[in-house]
Amino acid sequence: MSNAAVTAATSSRAADAGKSALARLGEAVVGRLVIIIPYLWLVFFFLIPFVIVFKISLSQTAIAIPPYAPVLGFGDGLSGFFAQLKQLSIDNYTWLTQDALYINAYVTSVVVAAISTVLTLLVGYPIAYGMARAPAMLRPTLLMLVILPFWTSFLIRVYAWIGILKPEGLLNQLLLATGVISQPLIILNTYTAIFIGIVYSYLPFMVLPLYSALEKMDYSLIEAAKDLGCPPTSAFWKITFPLSLPGVIAGCLLVFIPAVGEFVIPDLLGGSQTLMIGKTLWNEFFANRDWPVSSAVAVILLLLLIVPIMLFQRAQARAQEQDK
Amino acid sequence: MKSLGSIRRDFAPWNDPNAKPYIQFDKVTKKFGDFTAVNNLSLTIFEREFFALLGASGCGKSTLLRMLAGFEEPTAGRILLDGQDLRGIPPYRRPVNMMFQSYALFPHMTVENNIAFGLKQDGMPKPEIAARVGEMLKLVKLEQFAKRKPHQLSGGQRQRVALARSVAKRPKVLLLDEPLGALDKKLREETQFELMDLQQSLGLTFVVVTHDQEEAMTMADRIAIIDKGEVMQVATPAEVYEAPGSRFVAGFVGNVNMFEGKIAHGEAGSASIDAGNGITIRTENAGDAATGAAVAFAIRPEKIKISSTRPAGAVNAIEGEVYDIAYLGDMTVYHVRLDDGHVVRASTMNAARLAEDPLSWNDRAWVSFRPDAGVVLTR
Repeated sequence: MSNAAVTAATSSRAADAGKSALARLGEAVVGRLVIIIPYLWLVFFFLIPFVIVFKISLSQTAIAIPPYAPVLGFGDGLSGFFAQLKQLSIDNYTWLTQDALYINAYVTSVVVAAISTVLTLLVGYPIAYGMARAPAMLRPTLLMLVILPFWTSFLIRVYAWIGILKPEGLLNQLLLATGVISQPLIILNTYTAIFIGIVYSYLPFMVLPLYSALEKMDYSLIEAAKDLGCPPTSAFWKITFPLSLPGVIAGCLLVFIPAVGEFVIPDLLGGSQTLMIGKTLWNEFFANRDWPVSSAVAVILLLLLIVPIMLFQRAQARAQEQDK
Repeated sequence: MKSLGSIRRDFAPWNDPNAKPYIQFDKVTKKFGDFTAVNNLSLTIFEREFFALLGASGCGKSTLLRMLAGFEEPTAGRILLDGQDLRGIPPYRRPVNMMFQSYALFPHMTVENNIAFGLKQDGMPKPEIAARVGEMLKLVKLEQFAKRKPHQLSGGQRQRVALARSVAKRPKVLLLDEPLGALDKKLREETQFELMDLQQSLGLTFVVVTHDQEEAMTMADRIAIIDKGEVMQVATPAEVYEAPGSRFVAGFVGNVNMFEGKIAHGEAGSASIDAGNGITIRTENAGDAATGAAVAFAIRPEKIKISSTRPAGAVNAIEGEVYDIAYLGDMTVYHVRLDDGHVVRASTMNAARLAEDPLSWNDRAWVSFRPDAGVVLTR
């Protein structure tokens, strides 16, 4: 049997070799063309804007339009361009390291995003699990319910939480009326409110990849585990959870990455006492009109996030390599 | 009639009134909502028996297996294993293991970890686990595949891993749900014999669910034929084939020619049956069917002789016309339309390379059979 498999593999390799060099060249060209479209997209809408932001981050703030100098241009000819180029400096980056505000904001953002991600996972996993185990007939409806909030503006949904969480809000009224508490809880304008806001807003990004991982899992695997002497909880940790790991990783990254740079939720629910990098960036840009520093903040934020993304991709590539 | 025994001559605990039943389904009913999957079913299986549950899909045979494994609880009735009532015992505490139809191999574990899974659950010491896994890999001839993941194996290899995993814990009973269903025909036949050898060498009790009657006949000591959640007959393969208990069983297992009629005259087991249209069948296997009883006469195709002239001295001979011929290599199957329109199937082994007097389409032909060749069915 294994011999037969080996023979089949060899013969298919032989067929590949038999293909004419010209046909293979044609295939390669078509393959390149297909890949070039997303590359162009990334160049125009990601790489070029990033280069602009990066360039601004190396400039100095100035009272002008746009509010920074030098503005790279060819008005004074090529030599003028190079003269302007020499004025660029990394002062803004040095500045970021000197003021504890920025470092604190970065650290806080990463910590808040990490905690929120774990909370979202804890809330999202049971939801996704329940959906995946629900009768097949019910699943499209449940999926719809998860996606439904997207039909309302994100901003409005976050605003709605103010009404729920504020001292005289719905939650406190309910708890006071039922006698659970005697003093209103202070939730709004704290980190707790930010956690609630992030968990609520990003839950679908966690639930959907988890659901797709759990849904395609064969339930007979759990039965097999039980059959071999494994109680249900242990079967969950030994079978279900490891098999849903790709979904867990995808969901966590989909929550963590945007949560680090989140601005709306900390601004509306976190109040002025909380410090996150998205808000800092917004302040630099709109309140201080310091485009160069806010650009530097943005570049560092990007570098901060690119590391986990690359690590994740490398891990995935390695896993795929092993599967082959 | 003569008793038809097991292929394993020395093994027939079901004929021994003192033999202790090992697995007992006692008036078991299982309902899913309004649907009754198993209906007041009783069944006894003995230790070291290779027992097959045979039936069409949806007949309730898999439900029986799943109740034994503990994935379903009976709505009513009891299931006993070695004298112990299994009710309320979860699957992970039952001394039975199951080989799943889909194999249900853990995709994130290597072959050896799959096999070791159950042993680790039992808290077996590591060196013992390694030894047992090695033994199992050797048993299914997969030693060099120990470090592979299931998706790197062929269908046949996966089947063997599933088998090794399910016998690794030496369960009291091994349950096999369509164990060979996903294999191609050639491999299936080889594996049937391997399963029988395995059962013999391990001395375990096997309960196999299958819809493939050939598979059940090949492997099992006894077969239970299940229909609509009820047992139609429990017997050895030879009995099921040669002495079916009902029209359903006769029709379900193998090919059969059925003549509906009335006992015209009967005494001490032999009788003549009036099958209508002037056809009278003489049989010695009428059992205790009374005169006038509506019965079916069932006869297997290979027990019918076909010839171009009426064989001399034949007790039962009916004339007709050859209407279809299928040459299968080892044998030839004739469809003969009798003069009353009834189509009879007769098969002849091709013992010689070329028949001397080959019959052809539309030839007149006689079908004949001995009076002890068929059986009379009252149910």
